[in-house]
Amino acid sequence: MKKVEAIIKPFKLDDVKKSLNDLSIEGMTVTEVKGFGRQKGHTEFYRGAEYTVDFLPKVKVEVVTDDEMAAKVIEAVMEAARTGKIGDGKIFVSEVEEAVRIRTGESGKSAL
Amino acid sequence: MYKKIFLTILLLVGLLSPAISFGEESVAPGSQAPAVTEAVEAAAPVAADIGAKLEETITINKVALDTVWVLVAAFLVFWMNAGFALVESGLCRAKNTINILAKNFVVFAIASVAFYIIGWGLMFGDGNPFFGIEGLFMLHGADNSPAMGEAYKGVYSSMNWTGVPLYAKFFFQLVFAGTAATIVSGAVAERIKFLSFIVFSFIIVGFIYPVVGHWIWGGGWLAKLGMFDFAGSTVVHSVGGWAALAGVMVLGPRLGKFGKNGKINPIPGHNMSMATLGALILWLGWFGFNPGSTMAADAGAIARVALTTNMAAAAATLTATITAWLLMGKPDLSMILNGTLAGLVAVTAPCAFISVESSLIIGLVAGVLVVVAVMFFDRIKLDDPVGALSVHLVNGVFGTLALGLFAEDRFMPGTTGDGLFFGSSKLFVSQVTAVVGVGVFTFVVSIIAWYVIKAIIGLRVSEEEEMIGLDIGEHGAEAYHIEPGETYPVVRTEERLKSL
Repeated sequence: MKKVEAIIKPFKLDDVKKSLNDLSIEGMTVTEVKGFGRQKGHTEFYRGAEYTVDFLPKVKVEVVTDDEMAAKVIEAVMEAARTGKIGDGKIFVSEVEEAVRIRTGESGKSAL
Repeated sequence: MYKKIFLTILLLVGLLSPAISFGEESVAPGSQAPAVTEAVEAAAPVAADIGAKLEETITINKVALDTVWVLVAAFLVFWMNAGFALVESGLCRAKNTINILAKNFVVFAIASVAFYIIGWGLMFGDGNPFFGIEGLFMLHGADNSPAMGEAYKGVYSSMNWTGVPLYAKFFFQLVFAGTAATIVSGAVAERIKFLSFIVFSFIIVGFIYPVVGHWIWGGGWLAKLGMFDFAGSTVVHSVGGWAALAGVMVLGPRLGKFGKNGKINPIPGHNMSMATLGALILWLGWFGFNPGSTMAADAGAIARVALTTNMAAAAATLTATITAWLLMGKPDLSMILNGTLAGLVAVTAPCAFISVESSLIIGLVAGVLVVVAVMFFDRIKLDDPVGALSVHLVNGVFGTLALGLFAEDRFMPGTTGDGLFFGSSKLFVSQVTAVVGVGVFTFVVSIIAWYVIKAIIGLRVSEEEEMIGLDIGEHGAEAYHIEPGETYPVVRTEERLKSL
């Protein structure tokens, strides 16, 4: 199993969710996060003085899926979250050892 | 232990006895019921008699109408405490919210007690040119209000121009005293000890404010000089402003406000919705503050004052928006709100003596002044989180001078005379004298008071407390306390099963 972690622009969440639904992905975890990459922060003004906001708000979408689906998920997120401008985000993929459904105790693929 | 309680009760009874006995005396002149019955009984016989009774009835009704107007205006001014609480807490950080709200809340209670015990007497009691002497404590002086002018035979003769009962006069003046103390709270926010602020509030309402008030509204030296301040640009706002300036200087800036190489670090307020609602409440409250200061339901005057007040506020809102946009790059909301308040403060002194056109000009200037002042105070490293100095001090001074420029005799004949722009310089000279005199007195006494408080109980919270926030440090609580799991509604298992 693989975990696909995508850090995306907040306003792209809906599009990403829709295209993952289209792949019949049955669940995901979404977290509001802050951070920066090459885009860096931006400047804001308060009472005449400028200040930098280093950590920009992003949304992190986590999907755990079987190995065959992982590539499709990555593809779908990339398509949906891309604006072509700096700050579109990143996707990280990692190995998942085990998954358990709490209600039934099922484990492995069938718990996804 | 019981001994202590007994002694306290004894002390309280002792303190209250003059007030209680006064309360009984005041029933006679204040009560109107017998007079009304007399008027009804007299309706039958001689025509001349009817005329006299009719006149009496009219007088009684006028007193009632004036009193209702004065009290409604006072209630609006009281509500300005809500405005100040919201503006100040909105423009500060979330971690200091409880502290700012608590300060704003207790300050009116402090004002109520301090102004009753000594403030009113110092301000309006007959005395020398500098402070009141007679009827000093707890409204205890002789008084036959609502008798007016020559007919008034009490010791608060500087208030004999208004025909309302003593308690209405007191209550209206009390809410103004409360406002002066509230102004200080915002400027010293996010770093002052709660107790130190309370002590200073007693000093300003019990001593500083009433003394200056006596000079101008209590028949003191500035009143005799021919200085005018209709609703308190100087008496209320610049007194609060000068006291705040002294406090800001003694306290120093918030941690991290000014970086090395003169860098100014903004510390954004945490809730602009609160600040905006607060500014609107203040705008509404000002319709009590200025038109109410007629202290009579004088139809022409209160309508005109309502209009000059609003016009200045509107004009200043617009020019503050434009000035912020041009000088700061963006139309900063906190500056727009400060702009409205600046216009209101500036028109407070002249509102009854000027034309609506003049109020428009005063507002236009006030809106520019407030934005430039905020940048100036930042530049000279005086940290004022909410802009209280720029709003109340700078525009309090400007409004007082504006009266000397824009006043016209035709609005209240026999009072101000014409201002500088209408051909007479005498008034303007008096206004300048007042600005200087009040500034020196208030600033010097305040700075002494702040240093004495600093020496005895300390003024500033510890660095660590300032970083954690005064909510936890001073009050042991958080304004926005959320437990994990409280953010979303918890669905109980039984309910969930039922719904399946």
